Amino acid sequence: MTSETLRIDGERGALFASDGPTLSVRDLRVHFPITSGFLIRRQTGAVKAVDGVSFDIAPGETLGLVGESGSGKTTTGRAILQLQRPTAGSVEFGGVDLTGVSAKKMRPFRSEMQIIFQDPYGSLNPRMSAGRIIGEPLTVHGLAGDKDQRRDRVAELLERVGMNPAMMNRYPHEFSGGQRQRIGIARALAGEPSFIVCDEPVSALDVSIQAQILNLLSDLQSEFNISYLFIAHDLSVVRHISDRVAVMYLGKIMELAPSAELYENPTHPYTRALMSAVPIPDPLIERQRERIVLAGDMPSPINPPSGCVFRTRCPIATDECAEIVPELSDHGNGHAVACIKV
Amino acid sequence: MLEVCGLATRFSTAEGYVQAVDGVSFHIDEGETLALVGESGCGKSVTSLSVMRLVPSPPGEITAGSVLFEGRDLRGISEREMRRVRGGSIGMIFQEPMTSLNPVLTIGRQITEALELHLALKGRAARDRAVEILSRVGLPDPSRRFDDYPHHLSGGQRQRAMIAMAISCNPKLLIADEATTALDVTIQAQILELLQSLCEEFRMALLIITHNLGVVARYAQRVAVMYAGRIIESGTADEIYSGPRHPYTKGLLSSVPRLDAAASTRLTSIEGEIPDLANLPEGCAFAPRCRWAVDRCRVEPPALVSPNGGHQAACWEQDRISEDHSAEHGRS
Repeated sequence: MTSETLRIDGERGALFASDGPTLSVRDLRVHFPITSGFLIRRQTGAVKAVDGVSFDIAPGETLGLVGESGSGKTTTGRAILQLQRPTAGSVEFGGVDLTGVSAKKMRPFRSEMQIIFQDPYGSLNPRMSAGRIIGEPLTVHGLAGDKDQRRDRVAELLERVGMNPAMMNRYPHEFSGGQRQRIGIARALAGEPSFIVCDEPVSALDVSIQAQILNLLSDLQSEFNISYLFIAHDLSVVRHISDRVAVMYLGKIMELAPSAELYENPTHPYTRALMSAVPIPDPLIERQRERIVLAGDMPSPINPPSGCVFRTRCPIATDECAEIVPELSDHGNGHAVACIKV
Repeated sequence: MLEVCGLATRFSTAEGYVQAVDGVSFHIDEGETLALVGESGCGKSVTSLSVMRLVPSPPGEITAGSVLFEGRDLRGISEREMRRVRGGSIGMIFQEPMTSLNPVLTIGRQITEALELHLALKGRAARDRAVEILSRVGLPDPSRRFDDYPHHLSGGQRQRAMIAMAISCNPKLLIADEATTALDVTIQAQILELLQSLCEEFRMALLIITHNLGVVARYAQRVAVMYAGRIIESGTADEIYSGPRHPYTKGLLSSVPRLDAAASTRLTSIEGEIPDLANLPEGCAFAPRCRWAVDRCRVEPPALVSPNGGHQAACWEQDRISEDHSAEHGRS
């Protein structure tokens, strides 16, 4: 099967007017209001889940988004897909700003932009057969003509993700975690997307299965030239799959660089601590590694620290860091760091 | 200090008995860290629960084997005596601290309860000791935290509180069952460094149960790899990582993405799925996924044997795998 058979160009190609990046995110903010009071509810504060995030993703590129729980990486992914409407900022997809687009007008974009979820158990409808789960996007977006064509296409998709097409009549509970994740990928592929948000797609899987899924995602990317936003907390997985990597902390990007550059030369003190905390599966190397153990927990996003949000746990912070909000600034080689001390 | 011999645990299910642990043997010396590694369903947690006699019965049942702890077989003692061992000389920490902490008791009360039961400390003495332990595990502001309830704490703090409970009575052995899996890497590093320093300070032995091969490489002296209810390879961490003798171990090591590996390298995955314990193949359980398998593997299950000293593997073709590995990696 070639990319031509999967990607039937036509009107859908018109979505891409320019030759720029597939996706362009600028100063994205998602604030969840905190309200109090009975009957008369007033907003008393906001959880700043995403607070001024900007990046581009080129066609066929993978941008890794790493961070610990509560850093806002999943909310970023959801805000890009307009599953969570952003509070401010813009999300340009193929030259169109999606933030102001109505739900109805989002429809054509919904097939172009897909998502793969972490939990292969929670993200598949238990009452639908695998065939229906994968076939539904085909019907919704009018991508398959009659019943037979739809069936053939589902079979083709199942085969492409490494499963036996005969399994299309089975239900989610009959599959293992790895197989369910493959069904989730086939469902995403059904819309012939040019961009997929992969939200922790392998974190719930065992190591031996994780490798199979990662290899599958790379193969699909090179075959169909899909862009990925790969959200994960596992830095080793992100290094493996990403072209560029952005490190998030408390709703902000701390460092963004090409994958090799970031891992060889981590510059932000948070990135350095994060990297040193990940053990390498080799006792000989591990024994010689230096560890930076951070004190304490991530502060609450309701009341983030003034100045640099990382300063409360930062080993090199000074009084200045409480005053100045660091901007993501260029350090050469496409390496951007938000720190006034490096 | 702990010597487990031929331990077998099975569960009764609608489809008959499932042998979750099938003849597992290992030992841990004083002050030593042993890692029990494997993927979900391999029996590593059931092994630790069996050691502590915490397997729910029914449906679970320990059918064979002995668990010698300081010369005493824990399988033979009364439930009353066993309760003195649990939380006393053997401490245990679990993956999800919220299910192990009592939500309606303060953190302090949960620790003093153990101190009263095992060390007969009461009142002020118990409180002082509890606060001391809470500060030892790095909980900020321990005297205030003493009166907090579990829901007041963050995930990392709860895990610390649970470690404080587990070590409050100076256990000789601490079992950490995926204790850091649910935590962020920076918190995971804090907790593991803490456990390691406790081992060094109190000569405490540590049994780490995990699927994270990085954690094992960093903290364990010896490693036992489990697959489908059996230990299929065991040895020192250096032996296992630099010269695996079982194809499953070798496959696991090459399928993990590494922080220090360039992105271009393709992962070598293990084909197929983890087997269904209720329906295991005859012969070696790994044979259907193994690219070294020969006819013998499909009929006769291999025993855990040691060709050279301590490094053991349960594989008929282990010499061939070991040679292949040295050829690929250029070190033996």
